[in-house]
Amino acid sequence: MSTMLEVRGLAHRYGAGPDAHVAVEDLAFTVAKDELACIVGPSGCGKSTLLRCIAGLIKPSAGEVSLHGDRVVGVPDDLAVVFQDYSRSLFPWLSVRGNVEFPLRTRVGSRAERRARAQEALGWVGLSDAANKYPWQLSGGMQQRVSIARALATRPALLLMDEPFASVDAQTRADLEDLLLRVRRDHGSTVLLVTHDIDESVYLGDRVLVLSKSPASIVADLKVDLPADRDQISTRGSSTFVELRTEIARLLHDRQPAPAEPAPAAASASSSDELAAERFLAAEREEAHQKTAT
Amino acid sequence: MSRVAGFAQRWAVFVVVVIAWQLITSAAQDVYFPTPWQIVQQGWTLWFTDGDGNVAIAESVTEDILPSLGRVVGGWLLSVVLGVALGTALGRSRTAMDYVGPLFAFFRALPSPALLPVFIVLFGIETGMKLALIVFACIWPVLMNTVDGVRSVDAVKTDTARSFRIPRTQWVTMVVLPAALPKIFAGLRLSLAIAVILMVVSEMVGTTSGIGHALRSAQRQFDLTSMWAWIVLLGIIGYVFNLALLAVERRALRWQPTRSGAANSKQTAKAGG
Repeated sequence: MSTMLEVRGLAHRYGAGPDAHVAVEDLAFTVAKDELACIVGPSGCGKSTLLRCIAGLIKPSAGEVSLHGDRVVGVPDDLAVVFQDYSRSLFPWLSVRGNVEFPLRTRVGSRAERRARAQEALGWVGLSDAANKYPWQLSGGMQQRVSIARALATRPALLLMDEPFASVDAQTRADLEDLLLRVRRDHGSTVLLVTHDIDESVYLGDRVLVLSKSPASIVADLKVDLPADRDQISTRGSSTFVELRTEIARLLHDRQPAPAEPAPAAASASSSDELAAERFLAAEREEAHQKTAT
Repeated sequence: MSRVAGFAQRWAVFVVVVIAWQLITSAAQDVYFPTPWQIVQQGWTLWFTDGDGNVAIAESVTEDILPSLGRVVGGWLLSVVLGVALGTALGRSRTAMDYVGPLFAFFRALPSPALLPVFIVLFGIETGMKLALIVFACIWPVLMNTVDGVRSVDAVKTDTARSFRIPRTQWVTMVVLPAALPKIFAGLRLSLAIAVILMVVSEMVGTTSGIGHALRSAQRQFDLTSMWAWIVLLGIIGYVFNLALLAVERRALRWQPTRSGAANSKQTAKAGG
């Protein structure tokens, strides 16, 4: 199998000098073509920073990322990202179809072709009938399916997913996981998915990369020896699954008593992702609160 | 049924006030305060009859009303285009507003009618001066609201657009401006009201056409019923303008869940009642 993504010596720190907050430290791994790799790690360990470095959204402090052999400088052309927060990632002023066509405008010349590809991608996620609706008219799970369709419609060489199912309820989450497995099996995509959920990483992945607490580094690279056809009930009950998840849990647990972060280091990350993530979590709590209120 | 009830609810107070006004003025018989009915009749004579009492579009419509409307709409549109373009440019820049902010705050604080003499010196007393005055007054709400709206673009949407490598023009027209649109519309409504005010003010000074001019000359000639008719007309113009803009806004922002939600609840209320 050829290598799709190669990460070498990747490090990123926010700020400079002794107060710098090191989010990612000396990471190296590869993802093969057509592989689904999961990165699992505790909350706030720098998973999102890693993903943003790979996506070219931030420039890493050191190291390099190559996509199908080309070194990544800036955002690569044939890459798509699915963010956790679908409600903020989708454009509310565009219909579902408009959202899926949005990234195709520069990639596909003809309008009819754009429409056909959007419709095709919506078909993959089972939303053919929702094309003319606005995002807010759909449930959370459906909205995330729209953003998955939008990412797939560009036919990316690499699909990055940042905690894609963390904001939906458990049942929807299981449905979305199966949907991702099915779409990937039918259309062969290379996926790198970041999650803090150990079960999810084992259930979805061909491989699981276990990340340590901040600064993130890889503590284990485990192959998931489960059949390609997975099932929410029997797979999760199989001994291989249970063994793997126990092993990962132990790996994460053993690393828990990480050296205490000096307080100013956390504060110096003020303009960084960590705080952005906090703001975003607060906003989301508020949103959830509003939803329950109404 | 509920539609009729809603209409009645909205206009009941208005009708009662007009009737009260009619009764009081007809009882008082004061020359300064003609009855509403007299005002309506005077309006009809002014605008919809020719000199011989036949029904026709009067000269005052083409000489006064249309030029005034042209100035309001022209001046307002000009300030919308300038305000949105400039506001978008300034809002996208991280530092530009830091430089020009105090200057804008100062200009905004100036009462525009006070600048009338300055604009007369600069542009004369004709249409150029009126447009300049309207634009100067209208541009601030549009500009400031655009800057504000353009800056409110969500970080996740920015990341999404960047990760898809959206080119700059598409970014501005399909992400930044739609995101700013609700705030821009708030500015547009404010500035439209201001445009009508400054149209009247600018026309009251040394011109020979326009509603402001007609209003002022009616007052000078002690034709108080005509004066009142022009005042009522200004109220109607302002009301209709606002109504039209609201319709445009509702159409442009129909993607907003709150708006459609309100529309839906109205519909269910209708179905229920």
